[in-house]
Amino acid sequence: MSQQLYLSSSPHIHSGETTTKVMRAVIYSLLPACGVAVYFFGPSALSVLLIATLGCLATEVVCQRLMGQPVTIADGSAAITGILLALNLPPTSPWWLTLFGAVVAIAIGKQVYGGLGSNPFNPALVARVVLLISFPVQMTTWSAPALVGSGLDLVTTATPLGEWKNAVMLTGEMPTGLEGGLPSYFLGTMPGSIGEVSALALLLGAAYLFYRRILTWHIPTAFVGTVILLSGLFWLINPAKYPSPVFHMVTGGLILGAFFMATDMVTTPVSTRGMLLFGVGCWLCFISAGHAPMCFVAVPTL
Amino acid sequence: MSLKTFAGGIHPPDNKEWSAHKAIEDCPLPAEFIVPLAQHIGAPSVACVEVGQQVAKGEEIGSAKGFVSVPVHAPTSGEVVAVENRPHPWGTLLPAVVIKPDGEDRWSTELQPADPSELSADEMIEKVRLAGVVGMGGAAFPAHVKMSPPPEKKINTLIFNGVECEPYLTADHRMMLEEPERILQGAALLQYVLGAEQVVIGIEANKPDAIALFEKHCAGTPVEVMPLQVKYPQGAEKQLIAAVTGKEVPSGGLPMDIGVAVQNVSTAAAITDAVLYGRPLIERICTVTGPAIREPKNLRIRIGTPLSHLVEVCGGLVEEPGKIILGGPMMGFTQLGFDVPTTRGTSGLLLLRAEDVVSQPESPCIRCARCVQACPINLLPTTVAAYARRDLLAEATEYCAMDCIECGSCSYVCPSTIPLVQAIRYGKAAILAKKRSSQVS
Amino acid sequence: MLAAILSLGCIGLIAAVALGFAAKKFAVEVDPRELAALEVLPGANCGACGFPGCGGYAKALVAGSIDLNQCPPGGADTVAKLANILGVEASAAAREIAVVLCQGDNRKAQVKYHYLGLEDCTAAQRIADGPKVCPGGCVGLGSCLRACPFDAIEMTADGLAVISREKCTGCRKCVAVCPRKVIRMTPYESVVHVLCNSHDKGALVRKYCQVGCIGCNICKKTIPDAYKIENFLAEVVYEQDAEAAEAISKCPTKCILDFSVAYPDGSAQLPAVTDKPHAA
Repeated sequence: MSQQLYLSSSPHIHSGETTTKVMRAVIYSLLPACGVAVYFFGPSALSVLLIATLGCLATEVVCQRLMGQPVTIADGSAAITGILLALNLPPTSPWWLTLFGAVVAIAIGKQVYGGLGSNPFNPALVARVVLLISFPVQMTTWSAPALVGSGLDLVTTATPLGEWKNAVMLTGEMPTGLEGGLPSYFLGTMPGSIGEVSALALLLGAAYLFYRRILTWHIPTAFVGTVILLSGLFWLINPAKYPSPVFHMVTGGLILGAFFMATDMVTTPVSTRGMLLFGVGCWLCFISAGHAPMCFVAVPTL
Repeated sequence: MSLKTFAGGIHPPDNKEWSAHKAIEDCPLPAEFIVPLAQHIGAPSVACVEVGQQVAKGEEIGSAKGFVSVPVHAPTSGEVVAVENRPHPWGTLLPAVVIKPDGEDRWSTELQPADPSELSADEMIEKVRLAGVVGMGGAAFPAHVKMSPPPEKKINTLIFNGVECEPYLTADHRMMLEEPERILQGAALLQYVLGAEQVVIGIEANKPDAIALFEKHCAGTPVEVMPLQVKYPQGAEKQLIAAVTGKEVPSGGLPMDIGVAVQNVSTAAAITDAVLYGRPLIERICTVTGPAIREPKNLRIRIGTPLSHLVEVCGGLVEEPGKIILGGPMMGFTQLGFDVPTTRGTSGLLLLRAEDVVSQPESPCIRCARCVQACPINLLPTTVAAYARRDLLAEATEYCAMDCIECGSCSYVCPSTIPLVQAIRYGKAAILAKKRSSQVS
Repeated sequence: MLAAILSLGCIGLIAAVALGFAAKKFAVEVDPRELAALEVLPGANCGACGFPGCGGYAKALVAGSIDLNQCPPGGADTVAKLANILGVEASAAAREIAVVLCQGDNRKAQVKYHYLGLEDCTAAQRIADGPKVCPGGCVGLGSCLRACPFDAIEMTADGLAVISREKCTGCRKCVAVCPRKVIRMTPYESVVHVLCNSHDKGALVRKYCQVGCIGCNICKKTIPDAYKIENFLAEVVYEQDAEAAEAISKCPTKCILDFSVAYPDGSAQLPAVTDKPHAA
């Protein structure tokens, strides 16, 4: 009889939460943002999303096969990297750029370090940095969102943040009417990368992650809190030159960065104090990179 | 609700409905008692009876060796048929006295009741020691040691542990419902011995009937009943202290260092028996439960009853068990079979089916920090475990591996099913072994 | 463009000068013999010499505080080179290799329970004395494999550690890590071993293992010099084992093995398992 018995060290029960379930929940939480992006940017966004995700999955399979390891794409982590990468790219990215990014993310950002759990940087951000340095033109060509079926082609435009920076550089003052677009930007007409288009959709996903207790408040709060505090300070000093904290919140990818990119579990601290400090540190990079979406260049190097 | 509790911890399903409503039943005597001589933390006792000798119920059969040790007593009257190594709940063969009951269940005539008003504190402590009373929450630390702190350590607060935070177990709960007087008498004796000003009974809010009953009994007495938020591991000594007093026991220290003493409610009842009636600790309440047992029960068992007898009394097995666990599912020990006996620390026998056994393979740590949030003593379990399994003992020590209370919260929440506690336990053993060998050389 | 080249060039020049100065100024005097000794040591930092790494051993060698045959992984070749560097006479210690004295894998030896948890033999040993009924046999969770710095150990599909005769350098890391002490150091020249580590009586051993030594004495009766029996367990007397192989065919439980026959190329690969699983 004793041959059928299991013996082990305590505890003998488990919460039932698994890595795969956690990863799946993260994928679900990104779907609203993906949906809104496809709605506004049309098929080009969809193709970027598909190429990035499939590219990441394929690269993972190839890497693990080459190293003679069991293939673990079913855990969903490669798919997340793919989606996050796509959300960080302009909707007009050519297919080769996206695919190159996917290969870099998984092969160089993750597998060379030993795969899931061993990578020091967020793989999607590693790819973003590589792409930004290698292909600066393609990576900073933004287009205004247009409704699918409106018959309009995607029009090249500047991001609100870029617009503000240019104006300040030329005239020393904030362009008028810049903040008027904020409500619609919040809902989903922000020119920028695929993931930035709708702050609302991102917050919806983040809320789900909070509900599933996958996201904790520490990093997003510390990150966003510091940004609000300091940009608020500058805005109070000279509201003619500096935009309000709300502007920073809605534009420039802060939401995507604070809730989805900076909170990558593998590469962030595990202690409470560590997470808070990390969140504040993210702000440093956010500012030093000219609070453009460029902030992600610095985040992974933290 | 603003009930008190500690920081960290988890909320496993408590599964207490299996047995919480079942009144305590007296377990009939088995055909043979196997009384292990090692049943407590500290030096094991030494057999003082011979094969063939007749013993009376409550007679000493193993004598204590040293201060942190207690004697062992015959659970019933009968004949000693063997003194030999038998399977022990700790997983190995250890010395035990085997007794065949004669059915008379006759008390030893040497055990006499006493009037507590004529006893000094030291006499009471001696009676508790002779009765072999140990902490009955599971750790089985000799009670008389906790009752005699050095004179410079004044005990201000005395806490009784009615938390029973382990899932499935209901032994303390039933005892609180059915024998509140025995518990409160013991509480009064302990308060007298330790000279504590404040006496608190901590009970988790999932036992509202016990809370109401004790509030009724304690009205007008110095004993305060404190309902606590439901959370595991609130029954762990240091967590209970944090919940009740808000104070933290320093790393490596003892509760007495901050003027607190904690005893389980069952221990309080055993102290009543020892001091008032001179009766040794030969029985306890044990919850027999789990999906593989036909009829879950709360049994009053004699120490040394083989597990096979408990299974029989509870209507047998529904199916072959996958895991036999002595104690609760969070901190209990798996057993090789039903031939092992119960000890003074056996608060429950939990039988899981093969399908209930968690056998997820381990996957890489994704640093989700759930273990950090769950840890009731604020460690970084994933870091400590990683050091421990790579034999980086100095680093593990630096990250406070030795403070781990092995409650299992981290392993419970880990989505990668990493055996964190086992790794830390392994590291702790290695650190202790290293310390011991360096002391020798 | 020119400005960029010039400024970068200047920075490089300044850094080079600073580094060169620091290298001269803060140079640490090292005995050239120590560097030479370090050069010929294997560099595995296995710790067999008693030092944390090869550097410590090299330093002690030059200081003359330790014998130069304390590096088993290096073998005779290294000893000769070290003797040359240090200018002393020395002979290498006889080469020893580690052998797992057990053949009781999960098919041949009875399993006591299904172990769940940490993949580590010592951790498993702490739970009811390990998952196999035999108190001496290989636990099979591969702690030795992970401890081996030379990749000389393999686990068979049925959970038994096997050590390659050729890859093993004799560093004893596996011996130190094994909770069952089932790995023993043996002379390299000895190829016949009694592969059992159970001191239980024969009748008991038969119950839990198909290939355990039952202490029947037949090997000792066949070649009295080459075998000794202690506590129901036969052992090869390695000093006089020239004829030990003759007893192999006589062993009723087939627990004596000639490694030169079983693994002619010195690899650890076990022949395919053909035996039936152990009947419970």
